[in-house]
Amino acid sequence: MTTSVLEISGVSKAFGGVIANNDISLNVPEGKITGLIGPNGSGKTTLFNSIVGYHPIDDGSIKFQGNEISTMLVQDIARLGLIRTFQQTRIFSKMNCVDNLLISIPHRESTWRDMFTPYDQETLDKAETLLEFVGLYQKRFLIAGELSFGQQRLLEFATALMNNPKVLLLDEPTAGINPTLINGLIDRLHRANTDFGITLFVIEHNMRVIMNLAENIYCLAHGELLAHGTPDEIQNDQRVIDAYLGAH
Amino acid sequence: MTKLYKGVDSFETNERKQLPFYIALLAFGIIAPILFPNYILQIAILWVMVLFAQTWDIMGGQMGYNSLGNVTFFGIGMYVSAIVQVGMVYDVGQYTSAAGGAVGTAASLAVGQGKFTADQYYEGIIYGILAAGVVATLFAPLLGWLLFRLRLAYFAIGSLAVALTAPELIGSWQWVGGGGGIAMPVHPGSADARSEFFYMLCFASAIVTFIFIKWLYSTRFKLAINAIRDDEDKAEALGIYTLRHKNIAWAISAFFLGISGAIFGNMTGFIEPLEVAFPTITFGIFMVAMPLLGGKGTFWGPVLGAIVFHIAKELTWTYLLGWQWVALGMLIIITVVFFQQGIMGWAQEKWPSKFGVVIDETAMDARTKEEAS
Repeated sequence: MTTSVLEISGVSKAFGGVIANNDISLNVPEGKITGLIGPNGSGKTTLFNSIVGYHPIDDGSIKFQGNEISTMLVQDIARLGLIRTFQQTRIFSKMNCVDNLLISIPHRESTWRDMFTPYDQETLDKAETLLEFVGLYQKRFLIAGELSFGQQRLLEFATALMNNPKVLLLDEPTAGINPTLINGLIDRLHRANTDFGITLFVIEHNMRVIMNLAENIYCLAHGELLAHGTPDEIQNDQRVIDAYLGAH
Repeated sequence: MTKLYKGVDSFETNERKQLPFYIALLAFGIIAPILFPNYILQIAILWVMVLFAQTWDIMGGQMGYNSLGNVTFFGIGMYVSAIVQVGMVYDVGQYTSAAGGAVGTAASLAVGQGKFTADQYYEGIIYGILAAGVVATLFAPLLGWLLFRLRLAYFAIGSLAVALTAPELIGSWQWVGGGGGIAMPVHPGSADARSEFFYMLCFASAIVTFIFIKWLYSTRFKLAINAIRDDEDKAEALGIYTLRHKNIAWAISAFFLGISGAIFGNMTGFIEPLEVAFPTITFGIFMVAMPLLGGKGTFWGPVLGAIVFHIAKELTWTYLLGWQWVALGMLIIITVVFFQQGIMGWAQEKWPSKFGVVIDETAMDARTKEEAS
């Protein structure tokens, strides 16, 4: 039994009368890939936002490596090594790819003096290695905003890796990417997990992707935790099938 | 792996390619006042404009915070230097009620004359300029505390409000002369010596600012403020200390603007809040217009913009007198509506490879390698 790097217990969040998350408890085991699925509007992104501190939660607790983070600010949580990507790809659109990576180095130990020093060769090498990893090495001097959508996704993934996170929350990493690129991306996500030792927590709509990727999956519906299990268990769970097909 | 990043052949980072421009700028600064002694004041103001444009661009171009209130620091610097320079010799309240009482008349200026010995004058102006820089810098995080809660247009309007409020506050503060202003200590030398003295100060302050910003943009600081410009939420999500960067960026602008204000106040000789210290509708707008014209968010854009704008301004004042504001307004409108990327931005679109925006054809990316093997 591996330890949980992220422990969420009894988290609730309502926006006015809409209950987006209701008493959700789940664990993300260290060093593994965990999936989060659920129909549109089931509260997946809200849960991500709660975890990274985008809004305060109404109730419950979120622990990262045993420490309560539910009352911390976005930047402080990020500096702990808990990084997220966005459902709508967000890159620094007027900077080139290399600069996008350089700025994404961890800011955990950055001091006032670091602000006024140039980047060292080691950091540059790492940026180039990661650009090569996602297949953007040739295009590394292009302005990020001018890349294709799929390439921007890959770039965002590389920037997240550059940050050396302990846990990476990915919000629909394959949305809008063409099927051929998706296979490459699944492979890269696996490698990020095995080669770089990053724990992944992935929201995904594409069932083929999540079933190939995650070792255990949580399913949300109507803001509540519906099911939890291995990909096989989830695939054969009648409640999950009903939720997706709208049997309620 | 080859270390190609340093090899990016961008005009703005390749010091060898920029060398002729550094030399041209420096040579112009030294030779121009000798060749055109009649225009020494106009050339001095050109350097002030270059400083304005470069300091505005740190915030507006590189960080995406379009400040309409940078002129506030200029005015603060001007008043701080006045208080320090006068206060080192006299009681400021008594001085202003005697010398600044009758607004700007020859009589009131005459009262001020001869009151400062040469030693007092030079000592005063050194301390005045330094204090101006320091105090203006301190004001930046103070205003930042208030204004950095705002973004985009709201920040612009908020900063404009500060620039419009400042002269009203100073204007009602009798100790510094209120709306009547202060007569600055008079330069002890001849008229020519005075022109040369202030020319050198303007030139030196612009060059120091230029070098400082050049260095600043070679550090991590530049990428961090660029990230804030492109997507501040994402920058926060990455853990970048955004507020710290915003405060420092503004403080740097404020420092140089404060110094510039101190020099300009002494050069003008008589300062008052609305027209000289906080001229929002002239200098305050020029500060924004020049980097836009030259290409905001680039290193050379603001410098180029300041030169073109200043020349255009002097030409319209000479040849289109009476219509000069209309012509200048047209220039600003055309820039904002049709030419937002500015001269350097346009050049970058036209010749991307000169600015390092290239596809590295020689390198194999991971995918081609996979396919090849």
